[in-house]
Amino acid sequence: MHLHKYEKVWIVFGLASLVLFLLIIGFAAFWKGTHPQSHIETIDPQNVEANESFQPDNLGLTEVADGKYVVNIVASAFNYDLGKEEDGTATKTIRVPKGSTVLFQVTSKDVVHGFQVAGTNVNMMVEPGHISRFESVMKNNGEFTVVCNEYCGIGHHLMFGTVEVY
Amino acid sequence: MELFNFSKKESRLYMAFMHVTFISLLIGGLMGLLQTLVRSGKYTLPFNIDYYTILTTHGVILGLVLTTFFIVGFQFSLMGKTVGISDKQLMWGWISFWVMLVGTVLSAWMILTGEASVLYTFYTPLRAHPIFYIGLTFVIVGSWIAAFTNFRQLYVWKNAHKGEKSPLLAFMVVINMIMWFVATLGVAYSVIVLILPWSLGYVATVNVLLTRTLFWYFGHPLVYFWLLPAYMAWYAIIPKIIGGKLFSDPLARLAFILLLMFSIPVGFHHQLTEPGIDPTWKFIQVVLTFMVVIPSLMTAFSLFATFEITGRRKGYTSLFGWFKKLPWKDVRFLAPFVGMVAFIPGGAGGIINASHQVNSLVHNTIWITGHFHLTVATTVILTFFGIAYWLIPHLTGRRLTPTLNKLGIIQTFIWAIGMTIMSTSMHIQGLIGGPRRSAFSEYAGGDQVSTWISYQMWQAVGGTILFVGILLMFYIFIQLAFFAPRGYEEYPIAEEEVDAEKSPKILENWYVWVGITIALILFAYTIPMIDIIKHSPPGSIPFDWPIGRS
Repeated sequence: MHLHKYEKVWIVFGLASLVLFLLIIGFAAFWKGTHPQSHIETIDPQNVEANESFQPDNLGLTEVADGKYVVNIVASAFNYDLGKEEDGTATKTIRVPKGSTVLFQVTSKDVVHGFQVAGTNVNMMVEPGHISRFESVMKNNGEFTVVCNEYCGIGHHLMFGTVEVY
Repeated sequence: MELFNFSKKESRLYMAFMHVTFISLLIGGLMGLLQTLVRSGKYTLPFNIDYYTILTTHGVILGLVLTTFFIVGFQFSLMGKTVGISDKQLMWGWISFWVMLVGTVLSAWMILTGEASVLYTFYTPLRAHPIFYIGLTFVIVGSWIAAFTNFRQLYVWKNAHKGEKSPLLAFMVVINMIMWFVATLGVAYSVIVLILPWSLGYVATVNVLLTRTLFWYFGHPLVYFWLLPAYMAWYAIIPKIIGGKLFSDPLARLAFILLLMFSIPVGFHHQLTEPGIDPTWKFIQVVLTFMVVIPSLMTAFSLFATFEITGRRKGYTSLFGWFKKLPWKDVRFLAPFVGMVAFIPGGAGGIINASHQVNSLVHNTIWITGHFHLTVATTVILTFFGIAYWLIPHLTGRRLTPTLNKLGIIQTFIWAIGMTIMSTSMHIQGLIGGPRRSAFSEYAGGDQVSTWISYQMWQAVGGTILFVGILLMFYIFIQLAFFAPRGYEEYPIAEEEVDAEKSPKILENWYVWVGITIALILFAYTIPMIDIIKHSPPGSIPFDWPIGRS
């Protein structure tokens, strides 16, 4: 089959850029370890409390080391359970100092949700039966809206929270 | 091409599909308009209609119904023109039409009564009414009947023309229908075996990740199923419209074969942020996804080569003189051309979306919505409109008059302007975190959210302009179908150069290409599928109340 000379140049150029591109994302994935979240850890969606991280007392923000935090969250239609404040009301805002490393651990009690801290790289599917985890360094000050970004029912757009980096 | 139209009974079948297409366009477009208005925050839906009901309607009727009906109808006409259709095949064509239509009506009934607000992806464990799933099954089965009728049409022709290569367009239709059949096996298994018994209560739980994976095994080839008929027009019809010849028959076939092979083993790039899939397999499918760059670049080359060769043959010798002299005032060319232009940012956005890491910045943000409104809702749909301008009058024995041609050009401009505004503001809002698939919400307030809302205002502006474009297109369709003056409209099929070289026989060796396709699918999916099943968590019970069902 005949290929025009210019077409050969074009295809070779395309293939070369493709190889370069794949090398870059491959390098980031396997040498730098930058994968999208995938922990393949399962949980019983009807009994999430059986997992220590998702017991009511352990929900919300915990400082595990200097500048290192864990946030445990249970998602359900149409709420993110971020634990309770000292006065017993439901926490709506997670506050962490600038530069801290925060590990978000989320699971769902019912349907599929999407957990995103808008304006950061924290963006993951939350599915019943699975634990979603993503660690991020909070480099910028500000208030970041936590949205549910996968349709979970008629109150989907009312499911939110806030992460405040101070 | 000879000066003849299809026989009446043939035209009737192809037109039936077109009627459903354009009625779907009108309904689906109206839903789209309402969505952008709701999201502007200045408008609430009357009669307690739920936002997610219209969102589901929009996605199902435009993404699944309009596209499938247009494609099946258009492809039947291509087969009829190139290899012919027997009375028996015509009957099967009608059976496929009615099965698909019954399925559509069943699903639409459930969606409109609020029993199936599960969006077109129907992710479990949200449970719609069982009739919704039965309707979807009918649509798929109807399209299979069309696929096997198309296979039979080419088979019969080949038997009567021993040793000849199949007509290019018939070859392309068969490639698209093979891809569609292999891909829909996944979603059909998910719907019929996993979801339907669970929705009826015969099975207590469902494996959520498995149904999602089977959906996306189908969901990505679905977008190529939309795109390939547009490519058919670009490769084999546009050259005729601009007065040229086919650039290269074998290269066009090779591009389609590559698209078949690399369209299916790639679904994980829609599931990159999924918690239950091994990242190495995600990466492997990302690499397979990017192989589509090769046939895409081949297509871009051959299109512009055709444009230049045709222009130079007409005597325009300066560097870009041939470009100026393309038939810009012919809507049959202009509409698909604007579609091609939209595919440049559309394709670039696709590369971003499928990237292993960058995806997490845009996943499920309204950036994605902006992306596929460039690809399917501009590239594909403007090419489909470009086809409709000659196909409808050809089928009804009417003519595309200069006035209708001019209205078509206006329609194309309206579309380009509306989509530029809507899609650009969606892309920007998505980059700063605005979610897709969400009704108007101020969340917890703050600067971030008010910026999103300002972009949502622009989406309402773009959406309104687009709806004007839809009304105009519907008007043009009605004119071409019922009122345009009687006459003959050409069915443009490009011919090969007289001295064109022969296509290698291997290109028509279906065993080889289907074999490689299946091997690639088995490679990309076997191990992760076993993992998903072996490491599956306790299943999920159905949830009705979140979608407003009692």
